[in-house]
Amino acid sequence: MTQLKRLLLDILKPHQPNSLVFAQGILQGQSQCRVNLKVIEMDAKTETLSLEVLGSDIDFEQLSEAISSFGGSIHSIDEVDVQTSSDCTQAPQ
Amino acid sequence: MLKFLLELSSSVDIARRYFVTNGFDGALTMVGLCMGFQASGGVEPSIAAKACLGAGVALGVSGVSSAYISERAERRKALNELREAMVDNMKTAVHVNAAKLAPIFIAAVNGLAPFIIALLVTIPLWLASGGSALSFDPLWLAMAVALSIVFLLGTFLAHLNGGMWLWGGLQTLLVALVTLFLLSFL
Repeated sequence: MTQLKRLLLDILKPHQPNSLVFAQGILQGQSQCRVNLKVIEMDAKTETLSLEVLGSDIDFEQLSEAISSFGGSIHSIDEVDVQTSSDCTQAPQ
Repeated sequence: MLKFLLELSSSVDIARRYFVTNGFDGALTMVGLCMGFQASGGVEPSIAAKACLGAGVALGVSGVSSAYISERAERRKALNELREAMVDNMKTAVHVNAAKLAPIFIAAVNGLAPFIIALLVTIPLWLASGGSALSFDPLWLAMAVALSIVFLLGTFLAHLNGGMWLWGGLQTLLVALVTLFLLSFL
């Protein structure tokens, strides 16, 4: 069993809703999560974001649906931090 | 959610603008009708009330339909442009619901504004036709109500742009008085 701890996503979204509303909105339904959003590029109708999501067990499916529902589109998953729920330092017998 | 969709589509600002412009249309139409009745030697208050209400309903229906058709076309265009920019059909995005809700909300405001104003203006006429004793001629009273509404719309606009409420009210009232002056040649 693995737990998703951190994600770095490249996202394209419309100007509205703004970054604050977008960041708050996509966290709905996630427990113990934190978002770090950076606007990388602004175009006439869209903006490119670098979105870092940190949590104890991120639900990627739900996160991706929330991003879509706020008009965003995931272009790439740039970094991933995954951890097993059992202690992986123990050598197998 | 409703509030969020209205904010996303900037519907409140547009609806406010429509409310004032179509409300102003409604109030001035009532002034024109009442002045026309007065110029023709006066009519039964019930006839004047029904004529004013008829005009109010027509303005309301016209306001709803015209705003809905034009806003729906604008919203669809804007959504299609956004879809092209996003290179995505955005099927599950809130923008799709916002684009559907905005024309309905704006059309409702645009239609209700003149209709409600017509209802308010006809109150003295309905009272007179119901047999209530009024101290003034019901047609003049109806015109006074219409002018008061025009004044209030002006104060509302002044409140929005941070101007002086009295000056805003007097500006719109002046327009109504010019209309009355023109109608006095009937």
